[in-house]
Amino acid sequence: MSGTLLDELYKEIILDHYRQPRNKGELVNSTCSANGANPLCGDEIQLQVTLVDNVIEQIAFTGAGCSISQAASSMMTEFVQGRPISEALVGVLSFQEMMTSGVPSEVDGFDDIDALMGVAKFPARVKCASLSWKTLEQALDGNSTATTE
Amino acid sequence: MATNKSQSMTYSLDIEKIRRDFPILRREISDGKPLVYLDNAATSQTPVQVIADITRFYRDHNANIHRGVHTLSIEATELHESARRKIARFFNAPTSDECIFTSGTTESINLVAHAWGRQHLKKGDRVVITEIEHHSNIVPWQILRDEVGIELKYIPMLSDGTLDMDYASDLITTNTKLVAVTAMSNALGNITEISAVVDLAKKAGALVLLDGAQSAPHLKTDIQQLDIDFFACSAHKMLGPTGIGLLWAKMEHLTTMKPLMGGGDMILTVSMENSTWADIPAKFEAGTPNIAGAIGFGAACDYLTNVGMENIRNHEMQITQYAIDKLQRIERVRIFGPLDSKKRGGVISFNIEGIHPHDVGQVLDSDGIAIRTGHHCAQPIMSALNVPATARASFYLYNTEKEVDKLTEALNTVIEYFG
Ligand SMILES: Cc1ncc(COP(=O)(O)O)c(C=O)c1O
Repeated sequence: MSGTLLDELYKEIILDHYRQPRNKGELVNSTCSANGANPLCGDEIQLQVTLVDNVIEQIAFTGAGCSISQAASSMMTEFVQGRPISEALVGVLSFQEMMTSGVPSEVDGFDDIDALMGVAKFPARVKCASLSWKTLEQALDGNSTATTE
Repeated sequence: MATNKSQSMTYSLDIEKIRRDFPILRREISDGKPLVYLDNAATSQTPVQVIADITRFYRDHNANIHRGVHTLSIEATELHESARRKIARFFNAPTSDECIFTSGTTESINLVAHAWGRQHLKKGDRVVITEIEHHSNIVPWQILRDEVGIELKYIPMLSDGTLDMDYASDLITTNTKLVAVTAMSNALGNITEISAVVDLAKKAGALVLLDGAQSAPHLKTDIQQLDIDFFACSAHKMLGPTGIGLLWAKMEHLTTMKPLMGGGDMILTVSMENSTWADIPAKFEAGTPNIAGAIGFGAACDYLTNVGMENIRNHEMQITQYAIDKLQRIERVRIFGPLDSKKRGGVISFNIEGIHPHDVGQVLDSDGIAIRTGHHCAQPIMSALNVPATARASFYLYNTEKEVDKLTEALNTVIEYFG
């Protein structure tokens, strides 16, 4: 097996999040949620968020997918937990930017997430890495698929 | 199980010689890994003989067809029509006039749905398809259901992917006008018992459309013997180029079908008021066709005939059984579909427990091994199996047991890597 290119994609920290996903599970008192899917790869995610005064107090996800989608979901939830919506949305944009440029972002607290930079070299996997961020955007949008309880 | 040695004596394919006809098989992937191409159910590779005929057309004969008195146009027309005759012979169609060139299986099925279906199907008429169809044999009928009001019913699959024929006999009733089935599942590889489906359809007075996209490249197809009404396939899965395919239909159906597209080449006369249509097959082939594609399709049929479809089938059964047996020895591998290679073509869908197919495919690619991962345009099958996706290795005449060994070795690496 070729080490170099593959190791750039599957960095140790990514495999760590994949094997021990953070914030995986369900919330009992979520205020909004959204489902996302990449039908072509078979990745799916259900995201629940508890908002208090425009701050993401709690976030959790369930679902199934490849290591990249699972690790990216785990990292995303870790980043946005405790942050105001505005900062989470900056994260959404910065992540998108990183997937197109392949250059690490300058966002504070993106540390682990920057490991996903290598995904930009694998066009077929960008969707996997982006799914949870897209779903977060939908959930925060509060429209269509998002639900409020 | 017989040993490899005695197995390889049961058929007469000189694989090394065949491999020399496919220059792409000498390609390297990543850093110096020889290509192991196991995605033949998606598209097959092209032999030099086919590439040469396509190149020769552009180099020596390129012109538009059916419209010139000049030499090149006459040559191009003859090459195009002789390709049609080759294809008719390959599938044993009664006449090449019944062979319509399309862009591929998808267009062929859509042509039946819209040119035949809209003419003959009315509200409440039943069309029966199956749970194992490719999306291209599902969506056109859903469109007709929504627009015309036909009733669309699915023959379900059993746990090994074969069709529930008891259920089918209840489903194919006297108001069933068409039964449209795949001859071989692209996702699982299982071979449909076509004669059983045809019998049920005949009893009900329904026509039969056979999606031959997966069967045509691998199994000898005799359209007359099958006793069907429509047959669709794509050249690119049978050593030919992309963008060209076949719709064969019985003349009695073609004469009742209205053309879908109007334009040049498909008319006899055009006045300001109206037009009269050209004869079949020209009536269904509006515009300048894919001439080089048709020529390449014909050349691919020649190549397959020379190798011999029985030889190809025997080789594929052998390599598929070899692969199934080896894969079964890897503890976490789950194979979908029948485990007997007589019941399937050279397609193996599988998953490694706990590892997503996408990750499997990615690691294999870094070893030069090309497989397909995903839902294979057959989402109803994925739902029936209750998996989001599978990994799929699919073989053709140029694949070797050594390549299967590389696949299984790499799968063991995947398991080590992701744990
Ligand atoms: C069973 C089956 N039907 C139809 C198709 C569609 O063929 P095409 O994309 O060449 O039109 C495929 C291709 O994957 C197939 O496997």
